[in-house]
Amino acid sequence: MSTPTVETHSAALDAAEAGSVQLISVTFRIRRFNPEEHPDPVWVDYQLEMDPKERVLDALNKIKWEQDGTLTYRRSCAHGICGSDAMRINGRNRLACKTLIKDVNPEKPITIEAIKGLAVLKDLIVDMDPFFQAYKDVMPFLITSGNEPTRERLQSQADRERFDDTTKCILCAACTSSCPVFWNDGQYFGPAAIVNAHRFIFDSRDEGAEQRLEVLNDREGVWRCRTTFNCSEACPRGIEVTKAIQEVKRALVTRRF
Amino acid sequence: MQIHQYDTVIVGAGGAGMRAAIESTQRSRTAVLTKLYPTRSHTGAAQGGMCAALANVEEDNWEWHTFDTVKGGDYLVDQDAAEIMCKEAIDAVLDLEKMGLPFSRTDQGRIDQRRFGGHSRNHGEAPVRRSCYAADRTGHMILQTLFQNCVKHGVEFFNEFYVLDLLINEGKTAGVVAYELATGEIHVFQAKAVVFASGGTGKMFKVTSNAHTLTGDGQAVALRRGLPLEDMEFFQFHPTGIWRMGILLTEGARGEGGILRNKDGERFMERYAPVMKDLASRDVCSRAIYSEIRAGRGCGPDGDHVYLDLTHLPPEQLDAKLPDITEFARTYLGIEPYTDPIPIQPTAHYAMGGIPTNVEGEVLSNNTDIVPGLYAAGEVACVSVHGANRLGTNSLLDINVFGRRAGIAAAEYAEKNDFVELPANPGALVEAMVEGLRESTGTESVAQIRKELQESMDTNVSVYRTGKTLQQAVEDVTALKERFKNVSIQDKGSRYNTDLLEAIELGNLLDLAEVLVVSALAREESRGGHYREDFPTRDDVKFMQHTMAYREVAEDGSTSIRLDYKPVVQTRYQPMERKY
Repeated sequence: MSTPTVETHSAALDAAEAGSVQLISVTFRIRRFNPEEHPDPVWVDYQLEMDPKERVLDALNKIKWEQDGTLTYRRSCAHGICGSDAMRINGRNRLACKTLIKDVNPEKPITIEAIKGLAVLKDLIVDMDPFFQAYKDVMPFLITSGNEPTRERLQSQADRERFDDTTKCILCAACTSSCPVFWNDGQYFGPAAIVNAHRFIFDSRDEGAEQRLEVLNDREGVWRCRTTFNCSEACPRGIEVTKAIQEVKRALVTRRF
Repeated sequence: MQIHQYDTVIVGAGGAGMRAAIESTQRSRTAVLTKLYPTRSHTGAAQGGMCAALANVEEDNWEWHTFDTVKGGDYLVDQDAAEIMCKEAIDAVLDLEKMGLPFSRTDQGRIDQRRFGGHSRNHGEAPVRRSCYAADRTGHMILQTLFQNCVKHGVEFFNEFYVLDLLINEGKTAGVVAYELATGEIHVFQAKAVVFASGGTGKMFKVTSNAHTLTGDGQAVALRRGLPLEDMEFFQFHPTGIWRMGILLTEGARGEGGILRNKDGERFMERYAPVMKDLASRDVCSRAIYSEIRAGRGCGPDGDHVYLDLTHLPPEQLDAKLPDITEFARTYLGIEPYTDPIPIQPTAHYAMGGIPTNVEGEVLSNNTDIVPGLYAAGEVACVSVHGANRLGTNSLLDINVFGRRAGIAAAEYAEKNDFVELPANPGALVEAMVEGLRESTGTESVAQIRKELQESMDTNVSVYRTGKTLQQAVEDVTALKERFKNVSIQDKGSRYNTDLLEAIELGNLLDLAEVLVVSALAREESRGGHYREDFPTRDDVKFMQHTMAYREVAEDGSTSIRLDYKPVVQTRYQPMERKY
């Protein structure tokens, strides 16, 4: 028995299925830096003909493959899951593979530069080691005591839901490198590390919350957060980062989690 | 050139590599060399789940799972290996939960399970809820959980180290050679045991669910060093990739009730698989989609795709169970999956073949002998638990079961054995490769050759193949390999030279494409993911065996592919006609 349901097409579906595309002319203004060649960064313009529904990453690839093979950036999955290609696009942190050209005002030059607050090593590649060090410092793993159960640990759907938002983190550093506190003080743990602490502090199976809260009670811990919400806006996974930081602060005060 | 010494070296930091590292780090001094930062691997893109017969929501057992795996693989599966995988699946899932993986839960707080393609109750009676999942982010959660546990155990990573050569001395493993992307320096890692866990080869195709980085690096290194590659002609095309982009939309969408429809709105899978319908195995669904398109029932102005319809499912269910893939549809297609069907087409997804291993993860140098100290696990390997067509979720299972096994076996081997002396000039081959590309003044471009390779593979070596299309692909790949000798790169520097990296990756893809098409041309039958229109039936008399492909180097330096065959291990199940 077949019951056809696909009868009416929305305009959006028609647009998505349109065979031919209207290419537009776009300028990409990229902040290049290669200390092997020159000690200072320089802005370089590239002209491309692009389908506006393509990704900014597609444009970077087109430049690298057809115009200038020296352009250097990290990328892998190309659909917003691996977290390799966070960069500043028109002054805002985004994943290049999750940003469509039509959404970043292609009538004007689209500016692209490395994320801020981490040392730029070449073009759009930054040193990720300090970022991952902060992550490691919050003990981002399940801490339990006693004998392990023979089957799985039980967890209610409500308890599982409690920390769902922060499990989505892909460690792309878009949040941390959008934070003005982090720009001025590289010692600050930064939003991503706190998000990953939150993911365990509010996991009903975990028993390490006190230890993590002590780490984050540090001078460079959660209290540095000024709730500017840059991090929440930057997160390509839609995590409510500032809210998570506030919940960790509250847990520090109330010792309830 | 720097020289390092570790008991165990693991190449790759995806699911299999990190699962191995968690074991081997606790038993031996271990280094993990990875082209990418660990959480960037494509394990994170897996969505729908990991099957194990936990029987948390309905009756199930590992023997049914084994049968489904063998049948799904069109009887090319080594049945002893499949049995181990399906038995150990249960502990593999429970281990991940204990490591902290946030599975979706049942009302009782147990790990929830959903339906998945090809997984059935009692040998094909009806779909069964076997896939353990975390929304449609199961791979992401596995990757994060394994990385978290690597941090816990202090696993030592060498990030952005690209392994380009395997060192074997007098038949035994001596180490690997890596190129450090940040500096351009070459590093030799002397090791007692080496585990390859470097992933798949999907970037030889144009429309693929695979990451840019999946270029068959481990397989190519093994092939260059004279090791065989098994069953490379079997490549899986996942039925539901986003039209033209190839981005994966999980089979879990159909597990949750999603339906494939043609332009008439017909649920066409009812005609192809009366029992399992939209949950037939992937090869069956992908062929059905192209049959519909060929019959003029495809959707869109060019009739070149079909729909994945989720519009009849409650929005709350989509939000809770399929949040990521519905967001992909919104982001990349601009449509609303609550109300619009999603345009899809089959997308090159998974290499069933790879470096042959036994169930301990030990790499075979021929049909019977192993290479002492060398291991492989995950998509790079062929155990063979997937045979001619992998069942959905069994790759996440494979990396956990055989990643763990390889990690333990490698560390135990390293404990009992001494270092093998490094061969003279251990970095010579890699130095020549890197310098050759950097100094080349050739006129060919990497991007152009890669584009032509991908286009030929999509046209000639896709879901439907014939002797003619495969012959065309052999000619195309041979010509492209010749042109690749004249390739040059623009970036001559040593710092993060990704131009050079892409050139080396392309060389790997070309070598592996050659193996794939030569193996496919010789297999004159249709089985699982390898469908020959000129030989449309399975031929168990001639081809109930694994292909073993070797690279032969002639005296004049020219290379060719030599094929041999290896028997399939059959235990419980006699080959039957495959119906869903």
